[in-house]
Amino acid sequence: MIDFILGHYVYWAIIALLIIGLYGMIFKNNLAKKLIGMTIFQVAIIMFYVASASKWAATVPVLDTALGAAEAAKYISPLQHCLMLTAIVVGVATSGVAFALVISIFRTYKTLTESVLLERMKSS
Amino acid sequence: MTAVETYSSILPFYAVAVSLVAVPLILLSARHANLREFWTIAASLVKFGVVFLLLPGVLAGRVAGFTLWEISPGIALALKADPFGVFFALIASGLWILTSVYSIGYVRGLEEHKQTRYFASFAVCLSATMGIAFAANLLTFIIFYETLTIATYPLVIHKETKGAIAAGRKYLIYTLTAGLLLIAATAWTYRITGSLDFKAGGMFGGASFSPEAVTVLFLLFLGGVGVKAAIMPLHSWLPTAMVAPTPVSALLHAVAVVKSGVFGVVRIVGFVFGPELLHRFGLNGLLAILAGATIILASLLAFRQDNLKFRLAYSTVGHLSYIVLGAALLSPASLTGSLLHIANHATMKITLFFCAGAIYVKYHKENVSELDGIGRAMPWTMGAFTLGAIGLAGVPPMNGFVSKWQLGLGSLQAGEIAPLAVLVLSGLLNIGYFAPIVYRAFLKKGAGSRGEASPAMVLPIVVTAVLSVLLGLNPDLFFHFYSMAASISGSILGGSGP
Amino acid sequence: MIINNSPALAPLLLLAAAISIPVLALLSKRLAYLTAIATSLVATAVSVLNLWRVWESGPLRYHFGGWTPPIGIEYVVDPLSAFVALVVNAVALVVLWHAMGLADEEIAGRAVPYYSLVLLLLCGANGMILTGDLFNLYVFLEIFSLACYGLIGIGEKQAAVASFRYLIMGTVGASFYLLGLGFIYIVTGSLNMADLRNILPLVYGNPAITAGLTLIVVGMGIKMAIFPLHGWLPDAYTYAPSTTSALIAPLGTKVAAYVIIRVLFYVFDAGYVSGALPMTDFIAWLAAIGIIYGSVLAIAQNEMKRMLAYSSVAQIGYIGLGIGMANPFGFIGAVLHIVNHAFMKGTLFLVAANLRKNSGHSDIARLDAAYRKKLPWSMAAFTLAALSMIGLPPTAGFFSKWYLALAAVDKGNWVFLAVILVSSLLNAVYFFRILERVYLLPPPAGEKEGEGFPLKSKTGAGLGLGEEKWGLMIPACVLSFCLLLLGIGNAGIVKGVIQRIIPIGM
Repeated sequence: MIDFILGHYVYWAIIALLIIGLYGMIFKNNLAKKLIGMTIFQVAIIMFYVASASKWAATVPVLDTALGAAEAAKYISPLQHCLMLTAIVVGVATSGVAFALVISIFRTYKTLTESVLLERMKSS
Repeated sequence: MTAVETYSSILPFYAVAVSLVAVPLILLSARHANLREFWTIAASLVKFGVVFLLLPGVLAGRVAGFTLWEISPGIALALKADPFGVFFALIASGLWILTSVYSIGYVRGLEEHKQTRYFASFAVCLSATMGIAFAANLLTFIIFYETLTIATYPLVIHKETKGAIAAGRKYLIYTLTAGLLLIAATAWTYRITGSLDFKAGGMFGGASFSPEAVTVLFLLFLGGVGVKAAIMPLHSWLPTAMVAPTPVSALLHAVAVVKSGVFGVVRIVGFVFGPELLHRFGLNGLLAILAGATIILASLLAFRQDNLKFRLAYSTVGHLSYIVLGAALLSPASLTGSLLHIANHATMKITLFFCAGAIYVKYHKENVSELDGIGRAMPWTMGAFTLGAIGLAGVPPMNGFVSKWQLGLGSLQAGEIAPLAVLVLSGLLNIGYFAPIVYRAFLKKGAGSRGEASPAMVLPIVVTAVLSVLLGLNPDLFFHFYSMAASISGSILGGSGP
Repeated sequence: MIINNSPALAPLLLLAAAISIPVLALLSKRLAYLTAIATSLVATAVSVLNLWRVWESGPLRYHFGGWTPPIGIEYVVDPLSAFVALVVNAVALVVLWHAMGLADEEIAGRAVPYYSLVLLLLCGANGMILTGDLFNLYVFLEIFSLACYGLIGIGEKQAAVASFRYLIMGTVGASFYLLGLGFIYIVTGSLNMADLRNILPLVYGNPAITAGLTLIVVGMGIKMAIFPLHGWLPDAYTYAPSTTSALIAPLGTKVAAYVIIRVLFYVFDAGYVSGALPMTDFIAWLAAIGIIYGSVLAIAQNEMKRMLAYSSVAQIGYIGLGIGMANPFGFIGAVLHIVNHAFMKGTLFLVAANLRKNSGHSDIARLDAAYRKKLPWSMAAFTLAALSMIGLPPTAGFFSKWYLALAAVDKGNWVFLAVILVSSLLNAVYFFRILERVYLLPPPAGEKEGEGFPLKSKTGAGLGLGEEKWGLMIPACVLSFCLLLLGIGNAGIVKGVIQRIIPIGM
């Protein structure tokens, strides 16, 4: 049991990050903090993939002249890393769009606090 | 039973399509009233002609079929001019000619607004009615049935007063709900039988049912067609819809819409469920009770109406249930009488509605209590009214007597006395609520002004009244209604046929 | 040669055009607009070509870069994806045509980036539909979503907030998808849909697979706006500029629905998701609740776009119900409703756009018969679309309900049957409210009604352009006329496309 918990420490950490991210998105009042929450959530998932790629006693997936190409088991899986490169780019793009929207909101309503924002939206 | 031969012919399609083609023509001639009216009259004549062309074939036992295209995998949009379909189509299209002439007189007499929308909607309605008459399967039937609902809406709300709009809303709620019940019932039927084609004598073949399931299915179907057939308690849209202009009430609510409803009832009874299935589960008894109750209640309610059109509306509710009662009794004469009453009631009721409209146009009188002396002022109109009234009460030599006699005979054939009593009682009630009108019109002194409404209105009135008399004297005159009714009834009970 | 590359042509061309439009706009704005429309037209033509090729020779598999799957990424064109891609491109083409008439006034100064984003959205949609690789789907999903966020954010004041909310929820959804995909990848080692189909039966009992599937369905469910994950939809559709609403409403949720169908029935087995795992039952019940919820709330709305947004929630419920019933008729009903709803909502939103352009608002309470005179053809298109939404034959909407009703009867679930039919009545309530006002309510004093069906409309004095602007009126009429065609020809679609692709196991 303890072995199970300690052995999977990475995944517990990722779960914690997911929860922090969701908490930020749902319960934080400030739009920028919501974005931070969203980014943490996305990063947690990226970490999940990367963690799933690792192996005991394996090296980075760059061809090592000592090991050679035949010993594929000695390299950690590169596929997840590639997928996550894409996911990181997607995350960056999403943040970009999100911040553009936040700037636009700020320009129109002069606030980033959600409760104040809702009031100003109702009265406008 | 004579063997039935089906042949392919485009005539049923033409019957449906003719007035659809007229619609854009009517819309385009909006600014030229006479041209627009010409299209309507021309379309009605052509439509009647096409249907009439189908008559000889049907009498010889040949059924024209036309499949349009597949509308759902395995089910086609198909038309079939079987005897029942041709029977209904003849009535509807023939009376449309007369209604069109009458409408022209009516709307011009009142200088109604939105005449183009009126005539265009009429054309679509008749197209849908032809589609209902010739529908070869339940899905085609539903498609045209719903189209009829939508096409009649602009006519019901024609006057665009608050009352008219409210009536339209009520009409839609009732009829759209009915359409949904029909869809549910059809989906269920499709699952059981795998085919939706109408078959005389029932389409369920050897399917086994639990009593609850078949009763629910029957009630779903009945709810679906019963709204338009004004079976109580689904009838209350009909009196409310009397706010529509009288020609609309005349054709649609005495001929096309409500007759589509009872047509649907007979289709369900005879061509979907079939006598055997209904007898097995006692469903025809249920239907007979509903019909009988409707007849009596409607006749009683007619007494209380002072507005002439409302009185006629309740009378229609009652008489429609004559047809339903005849179908429910499932005996040769009762079915024949039921079918004949579709035709006879149509001609008589349309006469009465036409008269009511003429009175309104000429003297702006709507209520029975205002009709003193109108018989002296409008002898032709009120003469026709009297003929129609006594016909509905079932007095010879009107055609109403013929169908009533058959219904009574059918009741005895089925071994039931109650329906016979209901018919007799209803006849007395009919006299009860029509007599005061005739009495006031002829035997009381009125305001003194004289003059019939315009010839465009009086002519159709006289034609339908005379037709009622002639059909009473010889039911097979012109259109062989009696022999068709007898043969349809035979095919339903015999379980063979198209 | 180029024909062989047809599966890849649409997304790539759209991407290339999206990037080149801002550059071309430096030369001439007109050139940018024309490029957008031309590319959309070519994409539609390519979709037709794909469908034809699929009919002729069966499913097409296109390997990007020559790498064979499951290592390489492949595009798979089968009847379902070819057909949905065609519908998406066709509706987008018509809406884009309409947008040309509006963009200059509505989103002044930002029309060029608007076109660029629209093409990116289409690129994303086409990619999502055609791809045969689950991660590639995520990439295109995000391309699609980001374009959506941008397009919505361009609108009026509250648009940015609505878009932000959509962004948060949508990113959560896409992230769930990614997480679920991660679980599946870890257990099976493959990302290719066809490959997974072979591998998954070996690991069905694995809780990670169940969790992965659930996450994917929830994630795409947010994008599809199934109740109760629909919270972003009303605001997003209402505050977006009219052209964006007309584009996203017909397409956005449908592509997500397509993905769910793909994953549930073609990657996983239909029998598994409806039998061993009660996933489809769950979806069906949520969808049924959503139908009633959406219809009831639509009745309560005062503004047309908001009403149409809630109506969309209800209509998406139909698609969800069809998916959830997991039998052949349900599948047919769901796919047919994807098509029908795209055309119906497209028409309705285009008419709302015309209303706004003409009178500056689309409030229902302010509609009256004067609008019928100002916008006769638009209101006629609206009427036809409304009749279709209510489900009156022979319009398209009746047939989706017919198949769904058959599916409910097949399943023996009378509650679903009742929901499908009752919602038609609810639809009738909120549509007839508008139709009554437009056709029957006399305008406030001053305007005379006139007679007959106007062929030439008159310019409403001082109220902006009437129906003389053909570019606004014709797209709406084209889409609504297609509803009649789709209805009458639905058996052709069902037999020619959908029945060929009914998932195994149903």
